[in-house]
Amino acid sequence: MSIDLPGQYSLTAPKPAAHGRHDHAEADAATVFGFWIYIMTDCILFATLFATFAVLRDNAAGGPTGKDVFELPYVLKETICLLISSVTYGFAMLALYRNAPKQVLAWLAATFLFGLAFVGMEVYEFHRLVMEGFGPDRSAFLSSFFTLVGTHGLHVACGLIWMAVMIYQVARLGLGGSATRRLSCLSLFWHFLDIVWICVFTIVYLIGSV
Amino acid sequence: MEADRADHAADHGDRNSYIAGFALSVVLTVAAFWAAMRLAAPRVEVIALVLLLAVAQVLVHLACFLHMSPRRENRWNLVSLAFTALILALIVGGSVWIMANMVATLSPSPSIDMGM
Repeated sequence: MSIDLPGQYSLTAPKPAAHGRHDHAEADAATVFGFWIYIMTDCILFATLFATFAVLRDNAAGGPTGKDVFELPYVLKETICLLISSVTYGFAMLALYRNAPKQVLAWLAATFLFGLAFVGMEVYEFHRLVMEGFGPDRSAFLSSFFTLVGTHGLHVACGLIWMAVMIYQVARLGLGGSATRRLSCLSLFWHFLDIVWICVFTIVYLIGSV
Repeated sequence: MEADRADHAADHGDRNSYIAGFALSVVLTVAAFWAAMRLAAPRVEVIALVLLLAVAQVLVHLACFLHMSPRRENRWNLVSLAFTALILALIVGGSVWIMANMVATLSPSPSIDMGM
């Protein structure tokens, strides 16, 4: 039964799934929702780090401020890498719903490469800062900067490991079994990290450079 | 099969929603970087503009990439998101407010020095 309303507001009642798959799909939906709740708690972790950064950002202890150390064109390139990886992951999910494992693998590989480029650029930036003597031990501002940006980078790195595992799983076992559920959770995780990055580049880099 | 496909499209978005989301977020990102790097305006105004662009981009990501919509199946996702937003506002807003107040109150000022 369905009521037709325009566009995304349509109130479509859940369709009875094919026999045997129904319980499975319902359990998957519960797992994905549970993962969404985890992501919400992860938001709170990031909120505490953002709050810490906001409180400590002016305490440069005579060292460099954001204006002195941030290179915005470099951060823009990093950001574009992450944005592209978000949309390629979306295409991987669409390929998953079309049941096309080869395309899923190709889009996952593209996502992995752009994610890797992002993490690589971030590691290089940290390396450059530490080499110049602006490591996390220099000032409260830099401590909170490395903690916040590093925690995001660590999440992206974990997402990359997860993605490598999924590439292996899909290549070996195809799209059956747990693949849909796992790829759906990773999708939430990956898009969530992109949203956190919007807050990072706005609050840390852009406002820090104005 | 067709209905099944339409169902997926409603749940997970389609190609167009990803492309639209990507185009919008690139525009919003570039606009924000341009404002921070080139815009000749008072600091407060630039910060307000950059924050506004960030909020817009977060909403674009929620709608186009995470497919948040006020549909019935999404209700608990939205409720948990709204609750998290409340906690976020309390943690970040509260910390900034209290600590700014403390800095203002406890900073060494001539009158306090004389009192010591």
